[in-house]
Amino acid sequence: MSALTPTFSSTEPPIRITGLHKSFGDNEVLRGIDLTVTQGEVVCVIGPSGSGKSTLLRCVNLLEKPTSGSIKLLGAEMTDPDVELNQVRTHVGMVFQSFNLFPNMTALGNCTIAQRKVLKRSKAEAEAIARKNLEMVGLADRMDYAPAKLSGGQQQRVAIARALSMDPKIMLFDEPTAALDPELVGDVLAVMRDLAQAGMTMMVVTHEMAFARDVSDRTIFMDRGVIVEQGPSAQLISNPREERTRIFLKRVLDPTHIADSELGETEPD
Amino acid sequence: MGILSSLKPTARQRLGRAASYAVGLLVILVVVLLADWPTIFKQFANVEVAAKMWPNIVLIALRNTLLYTIVSFVGGSLLGVLLAVLKVAGGPLGWFAVAFIELFRGIPALLTIFAFAFVVPIAFGFQIPGGAVGAGVLGLIVVTGAYSAEIIRAGIEAVPPGQQEAARSLGMTSGQTMGFVVLPQALRIVIPPMTNELVMLLKDSSLLFIAGNTIQTKELTSFARDALSVNANATPLMMAALLYLIVTLPLTWLSGQLEKKLDPKR
Repeated sequence: MSALTPTFSSTEPPIRITGLHKSFGDNEVLRGIDLTVTQGEVVCVIGPSGSGKSTLLRCVNLLEKPTSGSIKLLGAEMTDPDVELNQVRTHVGMVFQSFNLFPNMTALGNCTIAQRKVLKRSKAEAEAIARKNLEMVGLADRMDYAPAKLSGGQQQRVAIARALSMDPKIMLFDEPTAALDPELVGDVLAVMRDLAQAGMTMMVVTHEMAFARDVSDRTIFMDRGVIVEQGPSAQLISNPREERTRIFLKRVLDPTHIADSELGETEPD
Repeated sequence: MGILSSLKPTARQRLGRAASYAVGLLVILVVVLLADWPTIFKQFANVEVAAKMWPNIVLIALRNTLLYTIVSFVGGSLLGVLLAVLKVAGGPLGWFAVAFIELFRGIPALLTIFAFAFVVPIAFGFQIPGGAVGAGVLGLIVVTGAYSAEIIRAGIEAVPPGQQEAARSLGMTSGQTMGFVVLPQALRIVIPPMTNELVMLLKDSSLLFIAGNTIQTKELTSFARDALSVNANATPLMMAALLYLIVTLPLTWLSGQLEKKLDPKR
């Protein structure tokens, strides 16, 4: 019964999605997505609300069950009913818009529970790893705090540390800064940037165009369930080819929008 | 009419309140004056009869009531958690849980206790350990389990779905997610309604008389009822009522305190 323990080959890309469709009832949210993310690549997914970008991310680790198509994570076919989903998921960290920290545990407890119960690490080992990661996200002095006693930005950084404590090979971010007060966004983005520079394979759904442009290798623009356009981030954001991308970016980067005025004019090429 | 409508609204309100107080006071006065106090004291607060009840009404009857209540509550809560988890999980076992819950919520507790005491032993040739009391308590456990299952299920569903998603994304199995993440939060949510369930159970323990009892196994209500027949005097009932209140009032108060303490808005 220990069927199909995934074999992680270094030749396979971390994420390979082909022909992905997802419907909720009559509503087809994803209409044929093909996407490959290579080792160490940082991919940002942008697009209007309802474009299917969050659903795409949630399909990657099968929090949403695809209607059809194939999702290969680290060589394991996620849509195969025999695949050890829980085992593959330990290699895929996920960070949510609403943090979803466990309120009945401290920051440290949030970072150790899955290490202990899923990876069967000893208490000492799990706590050492959790401490290291909480220090990395700048919360060494908040380890024993309950989530309710932390600010949104701190909670999200604990959530990142929690995911990192599983030693993931891939990190998924679902609008990680969308629920934060503006002045707290920077701390979270800085942690994500450090992670990207350390070589983590990342897929980030975001509205932070500056982050997409400066940090990610590639940006994907989605609308109505399809990938409209993709390319190197700086190029796609400053010089999109498609009309739909241009309209969306213009709306997002509207001069009246805070801190976006410099965005449209930077990048001489 | 003309005088009333000429008053300010606040003045009219004050007048209305004074009038209702006056009527209430009058009713009490009439009752007090018409009541036959010597008979009332003799029948309901008879010191002689009360002295005969003492101390067994506390040492045996109240003790048994508390014992049956606590055992039924612990057993019923555990059964309730199990049924709630099965129902939420769905599948064949989920259907079993639904059938179980609906069956025992739909039948009067009295009949369930009766069934465990008399029908089960006849139908299955199986004597429930603990005799009549054991069978009765088992019936109460089953009824409490069915009711608390619905309370706990509501608690489980009140935990935001993002909690499960976070746990599953870390590779936890559905069982680990339930045990370490969802249930601890759900149980905190259901403390107030479960305290209420405990108060109800304390009173429902009086239904155990249907299973039959001995002098040593009587709980408060049976004890008081039997004493009522023996003495042809209602004082034991009054004593029992007082003893129930002595236990339930602090419990109700405690439930209110817990509710306040656990309110996230505070």
